[in-house]
Amino acid sequence: MPAIELSDLALARNGTTILDGLSAGISAAGITALIGPNGAGKSATLRVIDGLLAPDAGSVRIVAAGPVRRAFVFQRPALLRASALANVALALTPLGLSRTERTRRAHAALARVGLGDRASAPATRLSGGEQQRLTLARAWAVEPDLLLADEPTANLDPGATELVEGLIAEIARQGTKVVLVSHNLGQVTRLAADVVVLARGRAVEQGPTRTLLTSPRAPETRAYITGELPWTSFAAAS
Amino acid sequence: MLQTFQETISRLVTLDRDVLVIAWLSLRVSLTAVGIGLGIGIPVGALLAVAMFPGRSVLVGLLNAFMGLPPVIVGLVLYLVLSRSGPLGSLGLLFTPGAMVAAQAVLATPLVAALTRQVVADAEAHLGEQLRSLGLSAPRRALALIHDTRFSLVTTALAAFGRAISEIGAVLVVGGNIDGHTRTMTTAISLETQKGDLSLALALGLVLIGLVILINALAATLRAHAARAYG
Repeated sequence: MPAIELSDLALARNGTTILDGLSAGISAAGITALIGPNGAGKSATLRVIDGLLAPDAGSVRIVAAGPVRRAFVFQRPALLRASALANVALALTPLGLSRTERTRRAHAALARVGLGDRASAPATRLSGGEQQRLTLARAWAVEPDLLLADEPTANLDPGATELVEGLIAEIARQGTKVVLVSHNLGQVTRLAADVVVLARGRAVEQGPTRTLLTSPRAPETRAYITGELPWTSFAAAS
Repeated sequence: MLQTFQETISRLVTLDRDVLVIAWLSLRVSLTAVGIGLGIGIPVGALLAVAMFPGRSVLVGLLNAFMGLPPVIVGLVLYLVLSRSGPLGSLGLLFTPGAMVAAQAVLATPLVAALTRQVVADAEAHLGEQLRSLGLSAPRRALALIHDTRFSLVTTALAAFGRAISEIGAVLVVGGNIDGHTRTMTTAISLETQKGDLSLALALGLVLIGLVILINALAATLRAHAARAYG
């Protein structure tokens, strides 16, 4: 599994600073959660890791033995107006597989997420929970070394959330490094071995999940965990 | 006036040969031109929507400007290109249906490309990040988005067909309006009106309107069916 080293990442868009010298090390094992308030730079960090956003400064170093295959699961499932199977098979096209093999792997991935019987259903007609499971099937089908998940359960009901959490845990168990952005601290506790806390475009604290959530050191972490408002009071204090 | 209407109805009911020949040629020329326009315009428009390269915005601006190309100017330029002393004169296309297809394709292609770019760009705003994260190349992303927007692109095809079949300036210049050879509905309507044969002009006009309504209805049915199936 790959480890990720983020060094002095800076990113600004339209005059707004999004990442402000963010540095963090993300361990190679299991699931790492990125937490922090809205606007802290969590989603941007995931996109920079994936290469979807190019930082203005700083670097991302992915430490791995060979090429790292990545997959990204977005908060809102982005699906084509096509069958569930076609949506998964599309993700396999860059791998240079035969059509038969793509179809076989797409069927297998759908079965793994419990959508084996919905392969021919139009993806956009699936329920929200099924759509998010479909995006996980699409990610899983490519057998990624690194899965980046941006609040994958933010729009789901508790039942669908539980299913998606189970799938993410299973993907990680099978050897994929998962970086998860979540506002759900219960979910973070259930899934993540370690946590990086972001605030105003910087990593303010990181460590093992239970230790960090029970004994936070950074005032930003304490405020975030206890839901202290307004968050901007730290800006005034510092 | 009443007699003209009676003759018009008679021509339509008896499937007047002149009307059929002219309508069939118009349909053949316009559908071929639209086919060419779709074949070139859709990939070009989709690629312009997904690919980032220097000069892209200039190209998009030019494309949008070309949507409004004056048909008679297109006809004139094509006339010069296809005339015996022109660069493509050896093809012998001038005053043939082929030249009319070329003229209408030149008019339809920028329209298709510009509308496709807009439709695909809208879809890209929603799906682009996901498609890029899958590691798909720009042509592959364009193809995926063309597939995703296929039902919206039907409207693009309709707009192109409307532009082609209702056009008169370009086909008149490069086709010559030769009876039984390059006479289309629009050129015939113009000529017959000037000659005073209003019944033929009206009959052709009604066929033209009927065709446009029929094709629009088919497209609307297709879109409604697709919306029910895919959302």
